[in-house]
Amino acid sequence: MKLGLFHSTIRAEEKLLISSAQKLGIEVKLYDIRNLNLDPASFKVDFDIALERSVSTTKGRHVVRFLEGLEVPVLNSSNVATICEDKFLTAMVLYRAQIRQPRFAMVFGEAQAKEVVNDWGGYPVVTKPIIGSWGRLISKINDEDALEAVIDHKMILGAPEQKALFIQEYIEKPGRDIRAFVIGDKVIATIYRDSSHWITNTARGGKASNCPLTAELQDICQRSSQAVGGGILAMDLFESDEGLMINEINHTMEFRNSEQPTGVSISEEIIKYCIESQNAQN
Amino acid sequence: MSNIHTCPTCDEEVILPVGTVAAELITCQECDTMLEVVSGENGLSLVEAPEVEEDWGE
Repeated sequence: MKLGLFHSTIRAEEKLLISSAQKLGIEVKLYDIRNLNLDPASFKVDFDIALERSVSTTKGRHVVRFLEGLEVPVLNSSNVATICEDKFLTAMVLYRAQIRQPRFAMVFGEAQAKEVVNDWGGYPVVTKPIIGSWGRLISKINDEDALEAVIDHKMILGAPEQKALFIQEYIEKPGRDIRAFVIGDKVIATIYRDSSHWITNTARGGKASNCPLTAELQDICQRSSQAVGGGILAMDLFESDEGLMINEINHTMEFRNSEQPTGVSISEEIIKYCIESQNAQN
Repeated sequence: MSNIHTCPTCDEEVILPVGTVAAELITCQECDTMLEVVSGENGLSLVEAPEVEEDWGE
């Protein structure tokens, strides 16, 4: 089997994937998407299954749609990526599947944002860009002055997407959240991300340590995976008084800090899933 | 081909590990600049890595 790895800059994750593929005897063909001409009439498909690993969500989205248009199997699918790249769409899909998550709303103006906060019983709340990662541009809003300032900045300086205001209930965390790595229906590894800051991303300094996989964790991750369409996913969860809740789901996950504390070769599990998916096609 | 290169920011020596591929990110140990390995007619070289964009991430 030959794997087409569609990448932009090659991070530690892509290096681990290449190394795991070699270990499993899988030939890897690297495609730097920044150098490709996505011309369906001339593009030569020289692989059996594609794995999309672009650091840019936009470029990755187009590559996946292009490959699917050529009827080439690709992970993750455009359906999964479309849901997971959009925090509001993810939240709505989880809502429909009755999966526990922080309360959320979408509004398009300051007055509506204030109404939502009042309905929820006051501050703090969190605002997030619909598309974004690594905890960037996520704001914890502690009072009305801060809400007005953030919205003012978005309305004056932001692109149209920034003017769609995704507001989420602020969840008090025990100094950590949970990241679960889910492949298909299987939770392959889970870590705690400890941080004294309310943003716990390891990209922002959160420290990874192994987290035991409980039945509750397995259940909510499995149901969430089914809701968004499966594939190779990383889920961020909060431990709330009501139980575990899903915060976000990522579809091109980073895992460089998680293989060591969990003792799980996440890269190898991803490659094995690519092999299984390819075999299932035949 | 030599695996010894020069950091485009601080001119310090950067040694590319065996197995380095084009598009790979490398950090200069001297000035901490994130560098990208690029492939050209004369083999691999180093340029400053692109700035993080709004839609980058997981």
